[in-house]
Amino acid sequence: MSTTIDRPRTGAPTPTAPRRLKRQKPKKTVTDWIILVVAVLIGIGIAFPFLLIVLNSFKSPADYNSGGPLQLPTSFYTDGIVNFWNRVNFPEKLWNSVFISGVVSILAVIISVLNAYALGIGRVKARTWIIVLFLLANMLPQESLLYPLYFMFKQVGLYDNVWSVIIIFTVIQSAFGTYLLSSVYGTFPKEVLEAASLDGAGRWRILWRVVVPISRPTLSVLLIFFFIWTWNEFLIPLTFLVSNDNQTVPVAISALQGDRLMDVTTTSASALLGLIPTLVFFLIFQRTLTRGITAGAVK
Amino acid sequence: MVAVDVRAATSRKRGGDSLLPSSGRGSFWWYLLPGFVLLAVIVLIPLVWNIYLSFTSYRGIRPPKFIGLNNWVRLFGDDKFWTSFGNSIAMIVAMVVIPTLVGLVLAAMLFDLIGKKFGGRFASFLRATYYLPQILPVVIAAIVIGWILRPDNGALNTILAAIGLGDLQHNWLGSPDTALASIMAVMVWVQLGYPVVIFMAALQRVDPELYEAAELDGANWFQRFRAITVSIIRPEIFVVTLTCTIAALKVFGPVYTLTRGGPGTATMVPSYYSYSEFFQSQQVGYGATIATALTVVIVAVSILFIVAQNRAERRENQS
Repeated sequence: MSTTIDRPRTGAPTPTAPRRLKRQKPKKTVTDWIILVVAVLIGIGIAFPFLLIVLNSFKSPADYNSGGPLQLPTSFYTDGIVNFWNRVNFPEKLWNSVFISGVVSILAVIISVLNAYALGIGRVKARTWIIVLFLLANMLPQESLLYPLYFMFKQVGLYDNVWSVIIIFTVIQSAFGTYLLSSVYGTFPKEVLEAASLDGAGRWRILWRVVVPISRPTLSVLLIFFFIWTWNEFLIPLTFLVSNDNQTVPVAISALQGDRLMDVTTTSASALLGLIPTLVFFLIFQRTLTRGITAGAVK
Repeated sequence: MVAVDVRAATSRKRGGDSLLPSSGRGSFWWYLLPGFVLLAVIVLIPLVWNIYLSFTSYRGIRPPKFIGLNNWVRLFGDDKFWTSFGNSIAMIVAMVVIPTLVGLVLAAMLFDLIGKKFGGRFASFLRATYYLPQILPVVIAAIVIGWILRPDNGALNTILAAIGLGDLQHNWLGSPDTALASIMAVMVWVQLGYPVVIFMAALQRVDPELYEAAELDGANWFQRFRAITVSIIRPEIFVVTLTCTIAALKVFGPVYTLTRGGPGTATMVPSYYSYSEFFQSQQVGYGATIATALTVVIVAVSILFIVAQNRAERRENQS
């Protein structure tokens, strides 16, 4: 996990590199080609549902019924998308999702940094147990918190308010962030901290002027992941955001499935609108995401 | 995505002095305060409260009434609950067993063969394609597959008719014999890319010389795969199976969106069962019991995994 702090990994096998370069490219056998075809076919199979959705979101229902799902649209039909867009007031849902995910990711990173500073660098007593506690909080099924939270937020008047969801996910995401950052900060270069301390910087200043800037790459990975995880959440937004104006994108789209007015291509258009934002994140953050996914699993 | 090595963060160096010199440890507690208060209010108190509710009769209006173990006795005799847990096993097959096994083979294929013989770019492109469904909100993924499986004019049924297999047309999500398999298909589609990405990253640790040596010794691809690849990336296999098993036990969105547990109880899962007891049947006490049972299972599974991994690691360190 220390790989997320930007530091060259030691022990890279440099001596073998030149030898490998000299070796000629291995010959491709028939089996190799067969395996390639299999891998490509699997790729096409995985991408196929996306292609179907894109293809059929631009068809009229009549066009769909006469030509079937595989034919190209006979005319460029956007009524399905437009209708759905207006019906759910899509910009509003998009804004709700962006606002909730954005605020959660920033708050959760701040909380994670504060916790990890005490646990990883401060090494307070009983920190192993505290970290286990945070880890557990992240693993729990949300159902086991759902009703008490529902009751509590009703009592304080935050039910059906985006802030209820923001507060809950700030805690859940920062529980994971605390766990991950504590182990990253546990291997923080001690010399840097000592130097800053000798210069007379206090703890608070060391945190914001030294620790946070140096760990920025890890923090940005966390920020992006918190954003996407919160965006994708369903159970808690579904329970807490009951009125239309407060719903997030996944909740709003899911709410209209099976609706009598949703014809076949409008339903397809609804799925398309649901997947576009995440596809955009994927394209923008692809590098960071790949780095982050693997950093989470590799110790 | 939760790696299991808590000790890495903590076990280093002389029992617990701060990395920051010239300062006692005490005042670091202030930094934990906001996080800890939030954790207590949002997680710890509700968790305990929920456990308490599992011993009460509570319909959401009048205050909960303590009824001892009644809910738990009912739970153990409740066929619907056991069905929902059986369906969780199906989710584990769809989200852990199939993706991990197929993911291992795919990762090895992409890394060893396609990456080396057809170019690394091409391998990364395929990897990104496999990973694509992972980034969707799982509800949207369910809607995509649900759209293909529509009963009357769905894409799958239309295509089946077009290629002369009209007899196979089916109400995939609406009939008890295929509804669960349809949900499983959604989960396999969503989940497959995750192990591929993790395992491919892990494979970079494998020293090519080990492979060459094994090749010289006459080991075939499968022998090398089993003896070298699998043993080196075992930590990642542990992490993937643990995190995906927990996720499989928590499945909610696809069931809510596509089938609401039906037809009958064909696709009922514990998470949806407790949700429907909370907010549809207003049986809050019983819903809390199901949720608590699910929590116990998840915590037990995690502990088992972590103990097993630590043991495996220790064995490796000794040999």
